[in-house]
Amino acid sequence: MKLTRRSFIQTGGVAVAGTMVLPPLLNSCQNLQISPDMKSYLDLFEVTPQMLQKVIAEAMSKGGDYADLFFEHKISNTLGLEDGNVNQAYSNVDYGVGVRVLKGDQTGFAYTETTTLQDMLKVAKTAANIASDPGTFKQGEILEKIPPNYYKISQKWENVSVDDKIPYVQKVNDRIFELDEKVTKVRAFLMDDSAYVMFYNSEGLLTHDYRPMSSLVALCVMEKEGQIENAYSTRSFRKGFEFLNEELVEELAQETIDRTNILFGATKPKAGEMPVVLGAGGSGILLHEAMGHAFEADFNRKRESIFSDKMGKSIARDFINIVEDGTIENNRGSINVDDEGNDVKKIYLVKDGILNSYIHDRISSKYYGVEPTGNGRRQSFRHVPIPRMRITYMEPGPHSKEDIISNVDYGVYVDNFTNGEVKIGAGDFTFFVKSGYLIEKGKLTQPIKDINIIGNGPQALADITMAAGDYKIQNSTGMCGKGGQSVPVSMGMPTVLVKKLTVGGTSA
Amino acid sequence: MTKDEKYSIAKWAMEHALNNGAQQVRVSISNNNSSQIEVRDEKIDKLEEANRNSMRINLYVDNKFSRIATNRLNNKEELGRFIEEAIAGTRYLSEDEFRTLPQPELYYKGGGADLKTVDQGFASVDPQQKISHAFTIEKEVLGKDERVISVTATYNDEMSGNVMVASNGFEGDRENSYYSLRASVSVKSGEARPQGSWRESSIIHNDLIKEGVGEQALKKALDKLGQKKIQSGTMPMILENRQAGRTLRPLIEALNGSSIQQKNSFLIGMEGEKIGSDLLTIVDDPFIVSGRGSRLFDGEGLATKKRAIIDQGVLKGYYIDTYYGKKLDMEPTSGSTTNLVFKPGDKDLLGLITSMDRGILVTGFNGGNSNGSTGDFSYGIEGFLVENGKLTQPVSEMNITGNFKQVWKDLVAVGNDVYTGSSWRLPSLVFDNIEFSGI
Repeated sequence: MKLTRRSFIQTGGVAVAGTMVLPPLLNSCQNLQISPDMKSYLDLFEVTPQMLQKVIAEAMSKGGDYADLFFEHKISNTLGLEDGNVNQAYSNVDYGVGVRVLKGDQTGFAYTETTTLQDMLKVAKTAANIASDPGTFKQGEILEKIPPNYYKISQKWENVSVDDKIPYVQKVNDRIFELDEKVTKVRAFLMDDSAYVMFYNSEGLLTHDYRPMSSLVALCVMEKEGQIENAYSTRSFRKGFEFLNEELVEELAQETIDRTNILFGATKPKAGEMPVVLGAGGSGILLHEAMGHAFEADFNRKRESIFSDKMGKSIARDFINIVEDGTIENNRGSINVDDEGNDVKKIYLVKDGILNSYIHDRISSKYYGVEPTGNGRRQSFRHVPIPRMRITYMEPGPHSKEDIISNVDYGVYVDNFTNGEVKIGAGDFTFFVKSGYLIEKGKLTQPIKDINIIGNGPQALADITMAAGDYKIQNSTGMCGKGGQSVPVSMGMPTVLVKKLTVGGTSA
Repeated sequence: MTKDEKYSIAKWAMEHALNNGAQQVRVSISNNNSSQIEVRDEKIDKLEEANRNSMRINLYVDNKFSRIATNRLNNKEELGRFIEEAIAGTRYLSEDEFRTLPQPELYYKGGGADLKTVDQGFASVDPQQKISHAFTIEKEVLGKDERVISVTATYNDEMSGNVMVASNGFEGDRENSYYSLRASVSVKSGEARPQGSWRESSIIHNDLIKEGVGEQALKKALDKLGQKKIQSGTMPMILENRQAGRTLRPLIEALNGSSIQQKNSFLIGMEGEKIGSDLLTIVDDPFIVSGRGSRLFDGEGLATKKRAIIDQGVLKGYYIDTYYGKKLDMEPTSGSTTNLVFKPGDKDLLGLITSMDRGILVTGFNGGNSNGSTGDFSYGIEGFLVENGKLTQPVSEMNITGNFKQVWKDLVAVGNDVYTGSSWRLPSLVFDNIEFSGI
């Protein structure tokens, strides 16, 4: 039975039979079913559904199992203040499409910065080379997916003029100088991104996402009796111009001042192993480094992770629940659809102390025979998607912050971090503490600063002996680096006690 | 994009900006071609090719400054509008009298030596040969040790070209090529799965070391088996050559004009002062033939110079660009490093180890950071305990903590094993009195 494309649509019931006999080019009139929103993305990238299908056909021509196209148009702006004035602006426009072909676990990838059919076919041909059989690919029906919207905004950055942004950056500077007379230098930056993403794959899935990002950063230097100290504070959300308001500026200015002030008179603790109390919020860096990366399924598929054979096993106390989410409203780590077209899910990495799920991309979810978790992310159209975190946090526990601190005879309380790292196989992770306090006989005493803390992931997770109910998400400018790719993330934590970690310090 | 095409677009963009209200303009166009082949389990795991273009334009408009960048270079109408809108936006900013192009007399004016930073045969390297390089190093590991659980071998190459024009009389271009082979091996014994990796790289394909990369990575991984932390204490530290950059970077950052002017430097006002031991001698040399950081002009077009940065512990030079030079009322020296050449000593790494009574050889870092204003630092480390001149125990999960103002004064020995695979040409270094935290 041969059907024309039109009669096929009219008699939708025979869709599967119909597809088998249709040459790909006849699929063009499917765009009648495409939403106006989707159509605007096709127009933005100057492509038609027919072009997408031709490129996919080329990508699959050597016998690949799967192929996808990731289009991205991103406009980024930075407005900077230094020495009292908003006197620098930076803008970047980035545009292109990445073509990926999978053959089993194997990946072929290439991209182009122009979206003419000729250029796209050329890179598709390159990516196709990961496979080497004669292709038997049959073009499927185009299925548009309309993703949910986890970051509703009221005013797109593209419609905001520079002069509307300037006063907020200036105000950050002015407030910081007003708040403390020791302040000698302030720098402030406002960053906004507007990214348009379009995705199409060999299964016919067509979808799109508009990803805004807004960040405000303040750095301050203070001088007191010849001592110079500096600190910074940041806020970041997937929001539009409504991100900026007086309260945000005030909160950021005050936090920057507080973080700098604590450094005067701060010392280093005694070097060695001791109990560490992690304050609510930014301490989620412990989850991110100590467990999160090791739960990423690519490391496990490659047998490199120290958690490779721990699925379903108890790895923490039973009150510990660790979540990986990408659906929190306007959160920096949220995405409406992942960079492989998959739904974004809230998953429990650890449920009641038991390792419950890895963090999956398409390759690994197929390898492990599980549903994708929506963690396939890429830095840009120039990169292949890999399993990445989004928002990683621990749910509230049964204890109180006061109980936790009073439980410690000698240790440290830490709540302000700058960076962390992990060695996946060895399981050793670290995070750098910008400031915190000593705990002596159950009380916070002397401020401390500039020390690294190091531990072993599985051991540290097992050593979390108390967790409070004061869970909160830290909305700062978290960037996670892996395999040469950076993606925005965030994290959250209640106050917890880790029985023992190695704290940098002095032997005196 | 050919060099001529790049010049043509760059000059067009510069003229367009000048005709639409900018008083000064600098345009830089870069493109970068690269390929990467990753193999594991005797199959190609990942094959990637990239061809990237970008244009950056510095706009100086009525004493105001902005910089724009785009990779959409094909449509002049769109580019023109992008530039016009940026000029209009720049006018809303505050004036900044220090923002200008460099003084033309400081520009590179041509006639420099050939620094041999590019392989003219880049395009003719056979793709099959690239794949076979990666398989060769994977084979060095497969079946060699039953504790091996994962091997990844990666071939990577890259060719980049840049042209730059400035409206007060600069024109320059350069090309760089790069090849590398890397192996990463995970081994298992007990719970831990330590990973070892090794990389070789070159500017010319024929110069790339294509054997032994897998073997080295395997050795690095096996050496880590049985890692543990030891008692905290103050000990001397040997820092392996390839890791030495981690302690030098904060020192170099503290010499940067921006750090000094923004008071984020622990070396403010220290020129001519002793900041390290007599063994600390560093020269910035842009003219080393086939050096990884070799270049005739910097990112602003300033002609590069060979100059002393630190001589026998005495601070001789900062890294000052045009903007911060004006703010600080200092002569610009170029704001970035070229080849940093650390004066070597006379012992190799084994000699340094043999001479050590008790201390730690650091072979890798794990996180950590430093405080630019004060010089305080704390980093995670791994390596080996040295006892009576021998490596006796692999160590990990430890920190080193201190202050860079003191640490460089405690530099007590320098190796002769300069690593030349990086623009920072550093030997292994030995420091006294390092605070290690472990148990």
